[in-house]
Amino acid sequence: MTTPTLDIYSYLDQDEKKDLLRLLTAGSVDDGKSTLIGRLLFDSKKIYEDQLSALERDSKRVGHAGEEIDYALLLDGLKAEREQGITIDVAYRYFSTNKRKFIIADTPGHTQYTRNMVTGASTANLAIILIDATKGVITQTRRHTFLVSMLGIKHVVLAVNKMDLVNYDQKVFDEICAEYKAFITQLDVPDVNFIPISALKGENLVEPTTLMPWYHGKSMLEFLESVHISSDRNFDDMRFPVQYVLRPDLDFRGFSARVASGIIRKGEKIMVLPSRKTSTIKEIITYDGNLDEAFPPQSVTITLEDEIDISRGDMIVYPDNLPRVERHFEAMLVWMDEKPMDPCVQLFLKHANNTTRVRFDKIQYKIDVNSLQKSSVNHFELNEIGRVVLTTNKAIFFDPYKKNRSTGSFILIDPITHNTVAVGMIIDKLNSEDLPSKIVDEKTLEANKSLIHRGECLVSDAQREKRYNQKGTTIWITGLHGSGKNELAFTLEKELFDQGATVVLLDGSSIRSGLSNELDFSPADRAEHLRRVAHISKLLNDQGIITICSFISPDESIRKQVIQIIGEDRFNLIYMDASLEFCKKNKPELYEKFEQGLIENIPGADLPFTVPENPTLVLKPENRAQNTKTILEYMADLKIFPIV
Amino acid sequence: MTEYSLSHLKELEAEAIHIIREVAAEFENPVMLYSIGKDSSVMVRLAEKAFYPGKVPFPLMHIDSKWKFREMVEFRDNYAKENGWNLIVHSNMSAFEAGVGPFTHGSKVHTDIMKTQALLEGLSKYKFDAAFGGARRDEEKSRAKERIFSFRDKFHQWDPKNQRPELWDIYNARVHKGESIRVFPISNWTELDVWQYIRLEKIPIVPLYFAKERPIVNVDGNLIMVDDDRMPKEMAAKAEMRMVRFRTLGCYPLTGAVESEADTIEKIVEEMMTVTVSERTTRVIDFDQDGSMEQKKREGYF
Repeated sequence: MTTPTLDIYSYLDQDEKKDLLRLLTAGSVDDGKSTLIGRLLFDSKKIYEDQLSALERDSKRVGHAGEEIDYALLLDGLKAEREQGITIDVAYRYFSTNKRKFIIADTPGHTQYTRNMVTGASTANLAIILIDATKGVITQTRRHTFLVSMLGIKHVVLAVNKMDLVNYDQKVFDEICAEYKAFITQLDVPDVNFIPISALKGENLVEPTTLMPWYHGKSMLEFLESVHISSDRNFDDMRFPVQYVLRPDLDFRGFSARVASGIIRKGEKIMVLPSRKTSTIKEIITYDGNLDEAFPPQSVTITLEDEIDISRGDMIVYPDNLPRVERHFEAMLVWMDEKPMDPCVQLFLKHANNTTRVRFDKIQYKIDVNSLQKSSVNHFELNEIGRVVLTTNKAIFFDPYKKNRSTGSFILIDPITHNTVAVGMIIDKLNSEDLPSKIVDEKTLEANKSLIHRGECLVSDAQREKRYNQKGTTIWITGLHGSGKNELAFTLEKELFDQGATVVLLDGSSIRSGLSNELDFSPADRAEHLRRVAHISKLLNDQGIITICSFISPDESIRKQVIQIIGEDRFNLIYMDASLEFCKKNKPELYEKFEQGLIENIPGADLPFTVPENPTLVLKPENRAQNTKTILEYMADLKIFPIV
Repeated sequence: MTEYSLSHLKELEAEAIHIIREVAAEFENPVMLYSIGKDSSVMVRLAEKAFYPGKVPFPLMHIDSKWKFREMVEFRDNYAKENGWNLIVHSNMSAFEAGVGPFTHGSKVHTDIMKTQALLEGLSKYKFDAAFGGARRDEEKSRAKERIFSFRDKFHQWDPKNQRPELWDIYNARVHKGESIRVFPISNWTELDVWQYIRLEKIPIVPLYFAKERPIVNVDGNLIMVDDDRMPKEMAAKAEMRMVRFRTLGCYPLTGAVESEADTIEKIVEEMMTVTVSERTTRVIDFDQDGSMEQKKREGYF
């Protein structure tokens, strides 16, 4: 039996202590990017012999490097793209040296693959941007640098490759560096470095250069081994976004998460968002023993001194250092889906272990990644980037992405396809003057009133009644989804029109597609939506016109608000009294979607629907033929229409 | 100033625990696929860590091809019992009873029926909506682009062209009924990381990984161990005792041993650093055709 040499023990002990650097390489095949990575892997002895022999075989079949070994073939994983000779996705590579472990996110450089570059950059500490010394700074270089800066990477290395083709000339290198510096100073990258290399010849990659005596800096690998990254994380703002509530038995309640930022300490007073309840950290638990403090990116479990109701998505913070707690914010958005954005559709937003619905309030601009020019657009296509205003259904707890990568990033998920359609980086909450117009407080309302002078109307109500032979009145139909409201409304409109009445029909789909298109179906937004409808109806009634309003209007307080706006004397409430079973049969698609969890906020199902206290008429959808007649008789009796 | 910095292994561990907890929080019915191999052993320990001091809220499932090494099955049952795991063992029983096996049907048919089909059958039977696997991106080229949350359609198929973008550590866990996600919490670990972790955490592994004198038959250059009497007699007759160990574990007739003296983890690592053959070459199934792993993944194999 042999004993392992002492070397292996010291190797393993040293290996155990190495830290991890995640880096991104950006550039196209033409820049020699794959060759660079292949070299780093090869020279750090990571390439095994059999992979090498397969490589030699493949090089002869589809290689683009002639008779030499094509290092790029090591990297292209999937069959189709190997044959096409392009890399179409992010591939992750692993190698280690005596000092550090490395994960390379290898992303392609083509314009259409912004999406992949953004993906690779999202987890990287450092980016190597490759430049061809014979071409200098090109559009693609600027695009890569912009994306790297947008994704908050703090260290950039400009690798000026193919120095062998320009005779290792210092002048070429200096000129490229100067041009690049002028560009990158406009962006927000704190640490920029320049290294001349030849990936093909292996020059200045691992060993210091001998062919460029004018260069006194580190070789590529020396630099990657020594760049200081541990202080890049945010250790200032403690954020613990609860991921999982651990309840093995009734006596134990632990809250598990990865520390997103800051230092969480035993004995410190904390606050829980959104409840704002406070307590003290009792223990920080791990399988390997309790800790006095934990820091990002550790995954731990904490317990509290007090029993507070906390669930997944809540955030534990220190009371003197709170994140933003907002529903409205601005973000840079990258559209990742083949299907273009539909700004009217609501999506799911996943952020810090929290999922909520979100809608687009506004697209501020689109930014062209090549020219950095801004332009106004009404939607985004795949790989497009821009600044947007978003509103979530419930408040989220965030920090600007620049300050905090973990609490400033989110993804958007399509509620039907479930694809990740976009990703975003939060800029900040929205300034109050820029908030969507629907948010109006009492003060502003009073101030507005004093500014507006009402003109004097020269047409009297009596004159209008005589002209139209009707009284300006609202027929408001309430009832569940699928109760037959709209059917009744349209039939009634037709009958009234045929008999000579002047009538306007207002229903959910017509108002929501325009006037209320930024509102959702939450109770708050529903109230705002109906407030708008009530005001339209009032204006029309003022002009002597009959309105038929078909809206669920699920609760008494909303209806009272509507009555107050329109006026009790000309408001008539029709209640479509349909059972939930009837509605489900009548509108099966909607209720199926609800059952599958695709939609929410359905009155009568997950939201309450209160039966009106004093409706003018109660109709049953089963009496379809009779219902219109009942209303017409009622209108005639009260001389709403016809008056004579 | 205190330096708040983690070693690479502690960072990978924190990442894996985060992923495992996310699945437990987001899915109704997850399962951890357990191959009894070293990577699975690491993954299982990570799950135990993720929910400590509580119990892991999902079961383990082993797809038993009925041709695993006997030592694997013994190790599996002991581990599950000692550590209180809920263990599901699933096999394609109808095919087994019909006599499907590697000696009679060849490696391709056997693997497809007893591994891939059995896996799909097991996942469907229990209606699992998420399944953890211990695959690593550095194992094989087609895995380098695999997501951590890898979406599968209702036929359990993987579409490499249609993968969901995966950024930061935010994972999209939404699936429709019948669709599922395969989750790879140790995606970013290398083979060395796995051995180092087993060494530091003193994780028990199947003794087959360590060198020992074993009855070996040389089949076209593959060193196959005689593990039971189902090996054809004329083949088994050629067996001789050789000092070998296994770099990967699977069905015994399809898993080649390597000649080795390495009987401790340190010696294994030393051997790994000096021997230049990557680990999957000892699995016979990969040789079929170039890109064969990609093909298998499309069909639903891990």
